[in-house]
Amino acid sequence: MAERGAVPQVPKVRQRALHAVRSLFTPLLPDDYLELINPLWSTQELRGRIERIVRETPDAVTILIRPGYEWPGHRPGQYLRIGVVVDGVHHWRAYSLTTDPGHPEGLIGITPKLVEAGKVTPFLVHQARPGDIVRLGGVEGTFVLPDPAPPRLLFISAGSGITPIMSMLRALDRGEALDDVVHIHSSRTLDRVIFGEQLRDLDSRCDGYRPHLRLTGEADRFAPHELDELCPDWRERRAFVSGPGEMLDALVQHWREEGDLELLEMERFQPVIGGDAVAGEGGTVRFLSSGLETECGGGTPILVAGEEAGAELPFGCRMGICHTCIGRLCSGEVRDLRTGEVYGQEDEMVRTCVNAPEGDVEIAL
Amino acid sequence: MTTTAPIDTHVENPLAHLSEQQLDELAREFDAIRDRVTADLGSRDRRYIESMIEMQRRLAVLGRALLLGSRNRAAWYAGTAALSAAKILENMEIGHNVMHGQWDWMNDPRIHSSTWDWDTASTAEAWKHSHNYVHHTYTNIRGKDKDLGYEIMRIDPAQKWHPVYLAQPVYNLLLAALFEWGVAFHDLDFEAIRTGRKSKAQVKRELKGIAGKAKAQVVKDYIAWPLVSALAATAVDAVVETRRQRKRPRGVIGRLTKRKPQSRFAPVVEAALTSGAKTFRQTAKADATSNIVRNLWAYAIIFCGHFPDQTYTFSQKEVEDESRGGWYIRQLTGSANIEGSPLFHVASGNLGYQVEHHLFPDMPSTRYAEIAPQVKDVCERYGLPYNSGPFSQQLGMVQRTILRLALPGGRPRPKPGPYRGENGAG
Repeated sequence: MAERGAVPQVPKVRQRALHAVRSLFTPLLPDDYLELINPLWSTQELRGRIERIVRETPDAVTILIRPGYEWPGHRPGQYLRIGVVVDGVHHWRAYSLTTDPGHPEGLIGITPKLVEAGKVTPFLVHQARPGDIVRLGGVEGTFVLPDPAPPRLLFISAGSGITPIMSMLRALDRGEALDDVVHIHSSRTLDRVIFGEQLRDLDSRCDGYRPHLRLTGEADRFAPHELDELCPDWRERRAFVSGPGEMLDALVQHWREEGDLELLEMERFQPVIGGDAVAGEGGTVRFLSSGLETECGGGTPILVAGEEAGAELPFGCRMGICHTCIGRLCSGEVRDLRTGEVYGQEDEMVRTCVNAPEGDVEIAL
Repeated sequence: MTTTAPIDTHVENPLAHLSEQQLDELAREFDAIRDRVTADLGSRDRRYIESMIEMQRRLAVLGRALLLGSRNRAAWYAGTAALSAAKILENMEIGHNVMHGQWDWMNDPRIHSSTWDWDTASTAEAWKHSHNYVHHTYTNIRGKDKDLGYEIMRIDPAQKWHPVYLAQPVYNLLLAALFEWGVAFHDLDFEAIRTGRKSKAQVKRELKGIAGKAKAQVVKDYIAWPLVSALAATAVDAVVETRRQRKRPRGVIGRLTKRKPQSRFAPVVEAALTSGAKTFRQTAKADATSNIVRNLWAYAIIFCGHFPDQTYTFSQKEVEDESRGGWYIRQLTGSANIEGSPLFHVASGNLGYQVEHHLFPDMPSTRYAEIAPQVKDVCERYGLPYNSGPFSQQLGMVQRTILRLALPGGRPRPKPGPYRGENGAG
């Protein structure tokens, strides 16, 4: 079954009223007719309407969405699963929320950056228009600003890694708690700094906010050992870091060797899939519903190999979050491409989007 | 065909003249047609099914709204027509095709074969098994395709005659009017129950499913909506009658015949209740009519799919070790198209393209018309028939067969032979 949106928080009275008249509409629901008037009225799944689209850089936009029902809230730093229709097909992706929970108009925002070879970001950056309806899934993620906020903070971000940090900065600013924050951000060029204007504004208004912008098109990349100079007390600060994998790996190592790893929180945007470090032996995958059989490399998700072989498989987030793609493992073992862990018992449900076969496997899909 | 045997039900297999290599080539050609369409599916197709669903719901709303005034003749006819149209679309172009998985590629949780349910007596689960799996896999194999005569009709001369078939001209008509119920009970698969292949628990579960669907339909069409109509009519009449009472002339006679308030109230209640009861009956009648209209239409279209004279049936022996090419040819020759206007094809759920539907059951129905010329081209080049005919002709043939085969004997009807192009003899 295809993934659907989160269950909205519908007022009780409305739920009861809809329930009372449902036998007039069976096998459909009263909802199915109300949606003809306004698609946001669905009580089956949360939807949202794109209210405004703000261009941040040549290849990134902020999309502000009005949820169909009162926004249940999120913690700054969390991400939202969002479903959009591209070329007739429904796709689900997760994006960090870049607005803070207290948006005065009750809007929520995401800030996707174009991935040329992608399917969803080209649509969001170039084709989406105000008025479009999107599906809203669950809010997830543990990369969040603690409540109450720690007195001294260090943010390190690069490229589009700034998106969860921006939500945190906005929340701190709104709560007038932007007292002592050091923010080191890297970007290739000045015009590609997402939220450049907002960061400058914070800098001019708040003494407690100290940004350091590193333009890697002109200077060397930011290296962990520079911390002693840029933020001498980094060891004592709660640090939130978000960006490409190599940067995170280098920072983790630095904190482990010279600081306190407990104080470091990080957000990885892409699951680590296909890296040589975790690639296993691969094998033949047999899809029992279609009878299709295909070779699957040790670094390739079962889902991808199956689709390339022509199997019609359920899929959702493609990053191991939503469980839409699960299939029952009938024989063999799989390797989790994010962790390298090899596992698999008969009848275990496995996510085909983040697992590769380890030897020959049969899967009931 | 051999002519020596006196009572001959043998028909030469339509693929007899093709070599194994040709069959493989043909399979590749059909696969290629499907692949081209699959690669091309997109926004246009999505817009179609979404607008079809929207139109169906608007028609249903229109029908129910008109039937609020069902005591009025014109409103009754218009409401019944709109509701019948909504039920037909819901059943065929939407329900049948969505549950075939034709729109699963959209990855949409609402328009998906795993979540869809329809407004008929069959549960989605049972129908998907008996139709998508049994009928579409074993199409026209005698003894295996349960849709060949639906286990109660003799539709092929190779089926053994039994005296019960003498009654088939009668129950044929009953089946047509109550088609959805026929299909629902047919899904149970009586042979599987008899031979014990289906457990008692399973049968019980399926019967419960049908009972659930039956209850839902009865409550909706014969209680809830008639009641809503009746309440609406009662309310309207109460208001109208009250006004009339108030506006009673207050001249000399009016003053002389001064009524007491309670006597003015009684006719209001009486008039309102009378019209309410009438409206209840009229709406229930309209709902029953639209269910029957839908049943008759579905019956006619579906019987024209496999039972006209042109179609072939197959013995189980013939299809042993069937290749992919052989499977395609069985689907192609076991089905027959109905010619008609675009509106006809929408109303029939594009099952007028039964041939294309059987070749590619999970291809979006809107694409059948587009690929029909390519299918004909394959037929022409491989010397295969492409079964098709106008609605009246196809339906006439089916009815003639049902009448003829009620009696013992009967021969296979002559087959049209290979397709010879638009202007050919085919």
